[in-house]
Amino acid sequence: MTTAVPRLVEIRRNVLKQNDAIAGELRRRFREAGVCTVSLVSSPGSGKTAFLEKTLSRLRASHRVAALVGDLATENDAARLRRSLAPVRQIVTGTVCHLDATMVRDALDGWKLDELDFLFIENVGNLVCPSSYDLGEQLRLVLLSVTEGEDKPLKYPTIFNSADVAVITKVDLAAAVEFDWDSAVANIQAVRPNMQVLRVSAKTGDGLDEWLRFLRSTCLHEELARNGLLEGACSTSEQSRLGHTT
Amino acid sequence: MHELSIAVSLVEAAEEEATKRGATGVSAVHLRLGPLSGVEKESLLFSYDLAAEGTPLKGSRLVIEDSPVMVFCTACQTCRPIRSLQSFCCATCDTPATDVVQGRELEVVALEIFE
Repeated sequence: MTTAVPRLVEIRRNVLKQNDAIAGELRRRFREAGVCTVSLVSSPGSGKTAFLEKTLSRLRASHRVAALVGDLATENDAARLRRSLAPVRQIVTGTVCHLDATMVRDALDGWKLDELDFLFIENVGNLVCPSSYDLGEQLRLVLLSVTEGEDKPLKYPTIFNSADVAVITKVDLAAAVEFDWDSAVANIQAVRPNMQVLRVSAKTGDGLDEWLRFLRSTCLHEELARNGLLEGACSTSEQSRLGHTT
Repeated sequence: MHELSIAVSLVEAAEEEATKRGATGVSAVHLRLGPLSGVEKESLLFSYDLAAEGTPLKGSRLVIEDSPVMVFCTACQTCRPIRSLQSFCCATCDTPATDVVQGRELEVVALEIFE
């Protein structure tokens, strides 16, 4: 009797092929509908919901906005965001520590994307797991609050590297915690060279104007690109995420 | 830790590819893993056996090949490794790098199958 010998077959298959295919389909739908989609990632408690609450309230005056918000267990964040009067849906993930493209697709069911200008997706508070999953977003924001310490980007380089823009939050507390701005910005740009860094306090409103200006200009860029008036407008991390799907 | 979800996707992907090739069993799965995939090697190895339990891949080995980060360095005009994830610049000339050409991989590159 002979022992069977296994045969080595070469293949090439992305493990997250299914997620990436759904994310690619979402990205196409967002573009066709003309909605600018922005995701937010950060550690728990860095102020994503407060930041988004202010963003929705301010943008709602002039744009059509909506949000999806991920949480492990509660609907608390959606309840807070609804105070902005924007349409909001909660995605309760149970034990899952991140959002994936299927959750986003399912949560969008019944929404008319072409009636929106901006869609925000607040991920589960986690600086590790969300980095693996493309959600079809055009812009990924990573938030870092001044109370977390300047070296957070060095501890979580992968997620900072996957983002397009960094937002330093709770800047009204910077003096109290002796936050070292130069060091924070240097650390962010060490893991993601040239990444733009914005500074915002959702509490006092400092920096919100600059953030909204940035957001509008980025989306205008997208719009021009969509209409074929501009080359290469897709964000760097979006290109990476798109590259990831091949 | 999301490595268990990743391990489940990995087992499903490998099983599908093996079935497509008419395999009667799988003895090993070879995976290329880059540090920018956001997946931790040791956790994935730990989760793999659990994910393979109750599937045709039960008892198979997971072989992980590291895929280090490579960038296109605009100064050197060629692909280079980076100093480290904490210092995302060309390891040769220290120019900051944004064009990642390798290091995001999370892909099955080979199967050892019985036919």
